[in-house]
Amino acid sequence: MLYIPGNNPAMIQQGGIYGADSILLDLEDAVAMGQKDAARALVRNMIKSVDFYGTEVCVRVNHLSTPFGLADLEEIVPLQPSAIRYPKTESPEEVAELLSIIEKIEDHHHLPHNKMTLHAMIETAMGVQNVFNLASMFDRVDAITIGGQDLTADMNIVYTADGAGIDFARKRIVMAAKASHIDVIDTVFPDVNDEEGLRKDTEYAKRIGFTGKAVINPRQIDVIHKVFTPTDEEIRKAYQIVKEFRKNEKAGIGVFAIDGKMIDAPIVARAQYILRLANVSVSE
Amino acid sequence: MFDVCERLNFAGKFRITNECIIISTNMKPKIAAQSGTFESSDVIVLIEPLPEKSGRKIELSSTVMQQFGESFKQIVTEMLDEYELTDIHLIAKDKGALIPTIKARLETAIKRSLSIN
Repeated sequence: MLYIPGNNPAMIQQGGIYGADSILLDLEDAVAMGQKDAARALVRNMIKSVDFYGTEVCVRVNHLSTPFGLADLEEIVPLQPSAIRYPKTESPEEVAELLSIIEKIEDHHHLPHNKMTLHAMIETAMGVQNVFNLASMFDRVDAITIGGQDLTADMNIVYTADGAGIDFARKRIVMAAKASHIDVIDTVFPDVNDEEGLRKDTEYAKRIGFTGKAVINPRQIDVIHKVFTPTDEEIRKAYQIVKEFRKNEKAGIGVFAIDGKMIDAPIVARAQYILRLANVSVSE
Repeated sequence: MFDVCERLNFAGKFRITNECIIISTNMKPKIAAQSGTFESSDVIVLIEPLPEKSGRKIELSSTVMQQFGESFKQIVTEMLDEYELTDIHLIAKDKGALIPTIKARLETAIKRSLSIN
């Protein structure tokens, strides 16, 4: 997911060409306080007019406690981007209020309530504490994300490249997403010149369960895709496991071996997940 | 959208479309305002009020004036007509902005000059 400042027309109009799975047009932290109105009008017009070549478009609005949040929703919800990303989400009550406003705007424009989804952004200690309820209580919340910079600020600690201060939060957020069967997207890696650091950070995010990662520069996209995309070897192995599983299943065998290694249900599930990621189907 | 009139305390003075608030009576800019930047793919728009019955004074420049000058002029004129703005001095310097960008910057500058943002 590529963050694009909402008041930068050059970056927005090129947003679809970098190969990101999704772009996030940011009306919140990437826009100066005095330019919120300009960014809102620009993002609205760009969503309506610019071809993003099939890239999923999300918009991060300002929080409803600010003077800009409601105006953002009034302009953006009628356009029905793929998702609205809501910053500093802390409580289910807050999400319920947000959804109620979104649905009123949708009703006003005769739009359905089930098309555009909501990404809850966890950026405070309170949000981390409440994350399972935020992830599980609302059908429209289909992803949760962690905002590392704001979270460290809320915790009064310094953000470090190894992410030590937010490690507990990352893992708690991942577990809440897994338990709720929704996506979970990692925070950005802020040093765009440190490609090796980005690769290590992304590998760690993948190892602990994140399903994607946010980027602040198009240069970071390839590194993240390489980490999250299954390797040819992983796909070959997964294909073999699923194929053997189907053959054995027909014969009534649940557990079998490949190259002397036991294959049971969790390993099959993992192999099926890899094939889904790689968009590979197993022939009968 | 349903709360806009109330929040801005301008009830009765404008109608609401899917896109924006449109002033429904002839309006004059209240204050000088600007929007946009000099960056590539952007346009900077400056608006200042003129004395009564001055009409519109429009100054446009663009790095692509030869190819898109007419379209640029048309967009500016249509937008000012849409808001029924008079007694206005508008300067717009374009660095290759797309139409949605030009319209957004014009809208922002107009609303700022009318103090409705």
